[in-house]
Amino acid sequence: MDLIKATPQGLYCSAGDFHIDPWRPVSRAVITHGHSDHARWGSAAYLCQRDCAPILRKRLGDVSIQALDYGERLDVNGVSVSLHPAGHVLGSAQIRVEYRGEVWAASGDYKLERDGVSAPFEPVRCNAFISESTFGLPVYRWRPQADIMEDVNQWWRRNAAEGRASALFAYGLGKAQRLLANVDASIGPIYCHGAIEPINDIYRAQGVALPATRLVAEAVGKNAFAGALVFAPPSAAASPWMRRFGEYSDAFASGWMQIRGNRRRRGFDQGFAISDHADWPGLLEAIHATGAERVFVTHGSVGALTRYLSESGLDAREMRTEYGEEEAESGAQEPEAP
Amino acid sequence: MKAFAALYRELDAATAIKRKQKALVEYLRAAMDDPARHASAAWAVYFLAGGKPRQLAPTKLLRRLALEEARLPEWLFEECYSTVGDLAETLALLLPIVDETEEATLDQWMRERLLPLRAAPEEAKYKSLCGWAHKLPQSQRLVFFKMITGELRVGVSRLQVAQALALAAGVDAKRMAQRMMGYTQAGRVPTATDFAALTAPASADEDEALKEGQPYPFYLAHPFQQPVEKMAEALGAVGDWIVEWKFDGIRAQYVQRGGQFQLWSRGEELVTDSYPELAELQRWLPEGVALDGELVVLRDDDYAAPQDLSGLQPFALLQQRLGRKVVSAKILRDLPVVFIAYDLLEQDGRDLREAPQEERRGALEALVVDATLRARDFGVTLPLRLSPLLTAPDWPSLYAKREEARALGVEGMILKARAGAYGVGRRKGSDRENVWWKWKLDPMSVDAVLIYAQRGHGRRSGVYSDYTFAVWSDPPEAPARALVPFAKAYSGLTDEEMRAVDAIIRKTTVETFGPVRSVTPTLVFELGFEGIAESKRHKSGVAVRFPRMLRWRIDKPVAEADTLQALRELLPAPHA
Ligand SMILES: [Zn+2]
Ligand SMILES: [Zn+2]
Repeated sequence: MDLIKATPQGLYCSAGDFHIDPWRPVSRAVITHGHSDHARWGSAAYLCQRDCAPILRKRLGDVSIQALDYGERLDVNGVSVSLHPAGHVLGSAQIRVEYRGEVWAASGDYKLERDGVSAPFEPVRCNAFISESTFGLPVYRWRPQADIMEDVNQWWRRNAAEGRASALFAYGLGKAQRLLANVDASIGPIYCHGAIEPINDIYRAQGVALPATRLVAEAVGKNAFAGALVFAPPSAAASPWMRRFGEYSDAFASGWMQIRGNRRRRGFDQGFAISDHADWPGLLEAIHATGAERVFVTHGSVGALTRYLSESGLDAREMRTEYGEEEAESGAQEPEAP
Repeated sequence: MKAFAALYRELDAATAIKRKQKALVEYLRAAMDDPARHASAAWAVYFLAGGKPRQLAPTKLLRRLALEEARLPEWLFEECYSTVGDLAETLALLLPIVDETEEATLDQWMRERLLPLRAAPEEAKYKSLCGWAHKLPQSQRLVFFKMITGELRVGVSRLQVAQALALAAGVDAKRMAQRMMGYTQAGRVPTATDFAALTAPASADEDEALKEGQPYPFYLAHPFQQPVEKMAEALGAVGDWIVEWKFDGIRAQYVQRGGQFQLWSRGEELVTDSYPELAELQRWLPEGVALDGELVVLRDDDYAAPQDLSGLQPFALLQQRLGRKVVSAKILRDLPVVFIAYDLLEQDGRDLREAPQEERRGALEALVVDATLRARDFGVTLPLRLSPLLTAPDWPSLYAKREEARALGVEGMILKARAGAYGVGRRKGSDRENVWWKWKLDPMSVDAVLIYAQRGHGRRSGVYSDYTFAVWSDPPEAPARALVPFAKAYSGLTDEEMRAVDAIIRKTTVETFGPVRSVTPTLVFELGFEGIAESKRHKSGVAVRFPRMLRWRIDKPVAEADTLQALRELLPAPHA
């Protein structure tokens, strides 16, 4: 019998009577991380990793949240549940579920590269692994973070030297903080959009070292943004909000920027292909490291990854979920929802 | 190659024209200062201005390279290719990352490696490609494979390249356009000397050297899009304008100097050999002339006068003459091409371009009529016509006359200021005096139903952006009516609309065949096109030219889309 199944409410563990990242309200939700397609509103009780709790509270308001440390085990109706680092964003976890000697793990979203902010990914040995596949095609192969950050610094430096603002669009939870923590803050002042600054504060409160930032709305003086780096969510691009920056160069930090057509279509000056999701080699490496004989593939390039794994001898199947699937497939929608 | 790859990235990233220009000029200036870089810069200019070497390696070898080197099953490669939308980019992304790389200049790449590749046997080609791919720095891969696939366009026009060159070299843009004529001609191998010549300071005897055999830069027309009521205000009196039909043919320049003649098409391609019937002109036209005009297919069984265009055939027939290496006697008989002259740029070896349009027209008429009559005395019908002048007392009358264009099989009218000079390239519309206006018919349109969608390439990669459209076979009351596909279109939507349509396509997919999806018909678009002709090769029996989406008819149910009958009513009346 399958320990975890996809149901109309979400991934469901019937032995323990709880859901993982449910997309409809349920009585007990175990949450992998705070992104809106994984942590949804309306469930009676939530369980998540300790660093994820304040993010969840910010997102969902005053809800009942139980928090666990990584590796800590909790008995839920006879099922042993524990959370393990997924390396995706602060407090992101893979959910390990053990029942009568059978172990399943649900990855949520994950990446293998250490980003210096979130707890590094740890493979979970299991019989069955439920993996995301957002960037599940071999064309997605990330360059090392240090190289990309050098590109970001260079772009900012050049704009600063020419007196322009640098507008960097990045997903507000995770990506923005990762970039912030790794950018060369000596180049100039850093401003953040009102949707990003509160998340920075949560990160700081959890002990993540981020450089000093200011709210865009609180900038003083006509030339406040000349030479500055401005973080904003992708939805702000080409909106009237951008007018205040005068002459600026814009860039989008997203795994989708790996493909030239995506960047050109959105009309950004620069695209930095940096993602909080595993690239193709990362997905394969992570899946093999679990030792799982069964693999369930969720949101992203489900068909391609499933077929590839099957052809390499694994029992791989597609699992239908409602996690940001359209975006993942085309990269054409607002690619900010991971 | 490193510098060129960097320039390519820079041009690719920049969205503002100003920034592209700056990057180009910087690259050119740096290359001008260093003679060792001239040869590579000559290639860079060649590629950026649209030059394409004949195929260096077949795409099937590139696919094989991807499959074998990236160790992917074929289906996965296809999946990647259809996501990326560009073969060169797919390869650049898929090949294994290498540690040890080797630098070579762009000129070395082209002359020592890629050009000789063409002659090599297939296995040797593959081995070379493999070896190079393994030593190529990651940052140069994209540009390398794009050189091979010949798709190196990077959002700069030939005109922008010419302007940057003019700026870098400190010479007049017009002169630079002249210098660049023929530069990207097929089969050409640009050299350091070419680059030095392109960027040399202006010299006195340059004019003479340039002239031999070279065409003048074509003067391009601007679309005129104001309503007829505004024409008097915008253009003044109708009598100040020379009005002609806008032919649906191939723009060409006939140049005859030094006992030779050359025929150039607008892409600056030498097309003399494709139209051997025009060789007859050389016997009857004087030395030192350059004619601007249009190549069309025209059957002239009862030819009357130089301005007689009855027998003009649709573009679809001319299309069958394009790109032929061998022109058979049958083709010459069935698809005879004539040159419709509409401007005289040079006479007696003298550049007339600064002379008023009216004066040039007068000289042109005299020239064409004289040649025609002399030839006729010898029983020869020249493949040469004079573009007829159209007159009307006022703009509204001219507007009414324009409606005849459709029946004649032309695209609309061209308006040329009587006092205007022959310019270079496409002038800004504010320069009212010198502009040539093209005043096209409103496109024909029908309301059509989207039935297939394909993922786009390039800028639209990954999005379902290329659509196949259908109309109903029969009127609504017919019980067994079906949707008949008749056109493919991909342009006309905003990015936002395209995303919305993309989402609907994904939700209404019936079947997926590789990059193509069939959908439940729910989307109706007003589809515009500029020409329609009978076609046996199409299921619908008609073929349309330049179809594009004019409007998304959210208001229109699928059942109310147009029928094949409505489409057929737009067919031109058959020529007598
Ligand atoms: Zn996700
Ligand atoms: Zn996520």
